[in-house]
Amino acid sequence: MRVAIKVNGQECSSEIEPRLLLVHFLRSTLGLTGTHWGCDTSNCGACTVWLDGVPVKSCTTLAAMADGHEVKTIEGLESSGVLDPVQQGFIEEHGLQCGFCTPGMMMAARALLDRNPDPDEATIREAISGNLCRCTGYENIVRAIRWAAAHQTAQEGAIA
Amino acid sequence: MLRKEDARFVRGQGHYVDDVNLPGMLHSAILRSPYAHARIVSIDTSAAEAHPKVKAVITGKMLEDLKLAWMPTLSGDVVAVLATDKVRFQGQEVAYVVAEDEYSARDALELIEVDYEPLPAVVDAKHALDPDAPIIRDDLEGRADNKIYDWEAGDAAACDEVFSNAEVVVSEDMIYPRVHPAPMETCGSVASLDKVTGKLTMWTTTQAPHAHRTIYALVAGLPEQKIQVISPDIGGGFGNKVGIYPGYVLSIVGSIVTGAPVKWMEDRSENLMSTSFARDYHMHGEIAATKEGKILGLRVHVLADHGAFNGVAQPTKFPAGFFHIFTGSYDYPAAHCKVTAVYTNKALGGVAYACSFRITEAVYLVERMVTCLAYELQMDPAELRMKNLLRPEQFPYMSPTGWEYDSGDYPRALKEAMRIAGYEDLRAEQAARRARATEPGADPSTPLMGIGLSFFTEGVGAGPRKHMDILGLGMADGCELRVHPTGKAQLRLSVQTQGQGHETTFAQIVSHVIGLPPEDIEVVHGDTDNTPFGLGTYGSRSTPVSGAAAAVAAQRIKDKARVIAAAALECSVEDLEWEHGRWYVKGDPSQGKTIAEIAMAAHSSLELPEGVEGHLDASVVYNPPNLTYPFGAYICVVDVDPQTGAVKVRRFIAVDDCGPRINPMIVEGQVHGGLADGLGMALMEVIAFDPDGNNLGGSFMDYLLPTSMECPSWELGETVTPSPHHPIGVKGVGESATVGSPPAVVNAVLDALQIRHADMPFTPAMTWRALQGRPMRPDLAIE
Amino acid sequence: MQVPAVFDYERASTVEDALALLVRHGPEARLIAGGHSLLPMMKLRLARPDVVIDINELKELDYIRVEGDELAIGAMTRHATVLESPLLAQHYHIFAEAERVIADPLVRNRGTVGGSLCQADPSEDLSAVFAALRGRVMIRSATQTRTVDARGFHVGPYQTEVRDAEILTEVRVPLRPGSGSCYQKVERRAGDWSIAAAGAFVQLEGDLVVDVGIGITAVGAEQFTCSEAEEILRGSDGSESVVETAARRCGELCNPSADQRGPVDYKRHLVAVLVGRALTKSIARAKGDMS
Repeated sequence: MRVAIKVNGQECSSEIEPRLLLVHFLRSTLGLTGTHWGCDTSNCGACTVWLDGVPVKSCTTLAAMADGHEVKTIEGLESSGVLDPVQQGFIEEHGLQCGFCTPGMMMAARALLDRNPDPDEATIREAISGNLCRCTGYENIVRAIRWAAAHQTAQEGAIA
Repeated sequence: MLRKEDARFVRGQGHYVDDVNLPGMLHSAILRSPYAHARIVSIDTSAAEAHPKVKAVITGKMLEDLKLAWMPTLSGDVVAVLATDKVRFQGQEVAYVVAEDEYSARDALELIEVDYEPLPAVVDAKHALDPDAPIIRDDLEGRADNKIYDWEAGDAAACDEVFSNAEVVVSEDMIYPRVHPAPMETCGSVASLDKVTGKLTMWTTTQAPHAHRTIYALVAGLPEQKIQVISPDIGGGFGNKVGIYPGYVLSIVGSIVTGAPVKWMEDRSENLMSTSFARDYHMHGEIAATKEGKILGLRVHVLADHGAFNGVAQPTKFPAGFFHIFTGSYDYPAAHCKVTAVYTNKALGGVAYACSFRITEAVYLVERMVTCLAYELQMDPAELRMKNLLRPEQFPYMSPTGWEYDSGDYPRALKEAMRIAGYEDLRAEQAARRARATEPGADPSTPLMGIGLSFFTEGVGAGPRKHMDILGLGMADGCELRVHPTGKAQLRLSVQTQGQGHETTFAQIVSHVIGLPPEDIEVVHGDTDNTPFGLGTYGSRSTPVSGAAAAVAAQRIKDKARVIAAAALECSVEDLEWEHGRWYVKGDPSQGKTIAEIAMAAHSSLELPEGVEGHLDASVVYNPPNLTYPFGAYICVVDVDPQTGAVKVRRFIAVDDCGPRINPMIVEGQVHGGLADGLGMALMEVIAFDPDGNNLGGSFMDYLLPTSMECPSWELGETVTPSPHHPIGVKGVGESATVGSPPAVVNAVLDALQIRHADMPFTPAMTWRALQGRPMRPDLAIE
Repeated sequence: MQVPAVFDYERASTVEDALALLVRHGPEARLIAGGHSLLPMMKLRLARPDVVIDINELKELDYIRVEGDELAIGAMTRHATVLESPLLAQHYHIFAEAERVIADPLVRNRGTVGGSLCQADPSEDLSAVFAALRGRVMIRSATQTRTVDARGFHVGPYQTEVRDAEILTEVRVPLRPGSGSCYQKVERRAGDWSIAAAGAFVQLEGDLVVDVGIGITAVGAEQFTCSEAEEILRGSDGSESVVETAARRCGELCNPSADQRGPVDYKRHLVAVLVGRALTKSIARAKGDMS
């Protein structure tokens, strides 16, 4: 079947098998390998992308289901060459080690901050509870998201 | 300093094995055994071969003809690449399909018909040596039982003497259950054999690319100079990516057979069910002491479940890894351990998951035994520890089982942890709560508060060549440092990061010695064609061994730079003094040369003294004189719901001493991750098996990793005791928290329950049953 | 990673469309909503539909509203929407409390009320919620709409009243002024399925329990409830001892099986504890406790 999916603002049209998982469409068909997969059971969140602005697990979504919709991946988080505050926060606060869970984690974090620009620690922990990390013990991820929340305004100012 | 590697990771530009995509690349999948123990009667691959997108179907029989059906393990045993005679654990590799795409490869697995004759399985290690137990390894000649080895350390007679005269002896049985490193990235490889040049390029999830290259040469008979192992970005290792798995070898076979590059990536169940597990030690400990709490001796017998093949990855002379460091951080004269290892119908492995070659098990044993002793003596466990900790003046300290601890100030670390925790206040709060709970009308759902301590000593940085090798490869590491003419440097390492931040830390080590800014020092690693030989990253060995190599290489550059500077400044070497990054003339600081200027001079037409070669390069092979011995004091505070058994970790305090910290931010990150691992093992992680040998932890729905919700905000502290033998005094830290934290959590839970012992993981059910006085075996199916 | 077997994909744009597709493709067609239960089963190849009919475009089934004296929740309402619904929160605490512990935030963004009910996992939480609240499930076919009590909806593990060529469209729950409700769950870890969970509502007139509902999941409770325990409470003063008796009865009458989440004795005990807590909290809320 043919699907047309807007990925990071770009229309992407491709002939696919109906069973193709969205994560494979992004990684294999489009070559957007920033989206990872870590399990088969929708437990780990390494494959988190946005579907119509909402973070979802792309290993448990068919590419066909995204036909006619918008997807955003880690590759679309940076805008005009400026890192998103979440990306910068992960650098500043050492929010990543091996980097494998990081794209999914950041997509969940960005979605949280869009809804709640000043989340407390408990809110952050809940928002990332569907994203497993084996390296950081989550401490610095929480700090990274707090950093992003604190630097949201400054960063926006810098872009403007 | 922030991490250099993050720039690519935060943009999704990390490059992992599954991101490798070569022209014409094929994909593959492995058919695995549904049985724990069964004879293979027949395999019919015809339907799979008829699949239009399938390029090859490979079975054990075909490999047998190529003499590739079996390969050596890292412990001198053999393991089937594809099963030929029997399957010996659920998830064992049976057949291999190469196809045009991953989906077709998986479809074709369903088309392979295997006729199995199921056999009784050995599931409970405690029955592996029963006279009527099925013999698992009938492939090994003369094998009449399931014993792999008996091994012992320490002085049995002296130990028995101490125990027979001791005022107090406490004994306890405990299980450190089977767990799995479960890195977020599973294992995989892309093999590409160029038929014209004969060169094999192998992108693979390995923590030890050089060791893998050599083993491929030995196993497959390929010429070693024609093998390039590339370990790109690795999505976490924790020990899982040390061993060589059948899938890696099969991808090579697939490339040989099809003439195309072949990718193989595990799914999560394959990772959990077939790759190196960790722990699985059934331990019986006995501790002897005076009534006043002076420890006199420790005696241990371990039954070690190694699974169906002995695939433990540890230095050859140490079949039980470094378990015999179990005397821990305390001062007592007598110790003895005996380890009996057995085969069972489970996946192979054993040393994995950030354990410093089984020091995790050792620390768990001693910290549990010491806590049991405190329980029996009704003594505060902090007081008991303080009474028995090694004293600073005892270092270097030779342990009763032969370990020379390099340096330490243990009481200081414990006091610091108690200070951060507010230990006295915590105990006061606990006493008040316990008093209130006994009052009439007390709410029965009021949480039980528990405080747990652990003190650990690790020996990391394997290791001295004369004692330590893996499959005959000595555990030294090479390092090359090149300073280019413009004063920019490249550092080539044998070790491979899986998230530890080597690109940053190692640049900082070199910067520290020669003064070039870390940004100007590029770290090259993970590619055997472009780095010197070495044994790789595991057992917290990168900084102790490879970090030392980098420091020594940098020192050689600095020494050579002095000679060149003297030539350039037309003075004698003795006339030069060093300030950070620059040699200058004593008494005339304006006369000097920076390392960058010296580098240019080294590549110029400047006339050099006799015997001095041009260029500014150094090459080192570092053979560590000893291990480094990091240590730490941990305190955990938990609240347990007595009605549901749910455990909540309220606080966790970790004071680590790993010597000077090159990059404190990275060290803290390493500690954070290890603490989460320890919490996971203590509270939820376990791979149990049902009576048929079915793996009950084969997915992330069943094998639980801690989330952000279970982890508290970690409270860290530090003390600094340099290693006297490391060039810059540093010790390894990568596994400290994984080693040290499980007993702290377990001790806290048991303190809350006010019982002496029960086995982890303390899931709500396990905790509640322990509280009822009817604890359950964690390694078996719950009935 | 694991991948599903081959199937055809259809997308429905309306309920009528979905029903027509179901009729056309017959019993081997499966509806897919969030897909978080179905796709993992398909990856394991335990489910192998010939046709997957995507109903995510059925916005007409994505609503939470009051209709008469009932709350109506459309089948395509996402878990996240239920969790955050001020309307539901105004009437029942149980919804947000249950939703907060269903899977994780990302799964809740995608998973739907109807999908969860139709998957009919014996450990599913909303089944206990609707059993507690005595909800009714609306099922449509091309020719008729029928209503089934939530307590008669499940005909076995992974099996429901929804037949071939039918679609669950809505769940209805009576409004109960003066009631309080609560959901209590114990899991091994955030995001894990329940070891056991219990939900309840209690409606009071003065100190008299005039109505009560109990929902229990993951322990083989018949139709996710325990009517005998409800009978113990109904008409009582809801005192501590009555609650305890009713809760204990729930533990005794459920039918848990041992698995890695726990042995049978623990699960029975846990049910009693959680039902007791859910009832106690519900009563307190019915009396005006806002926490």
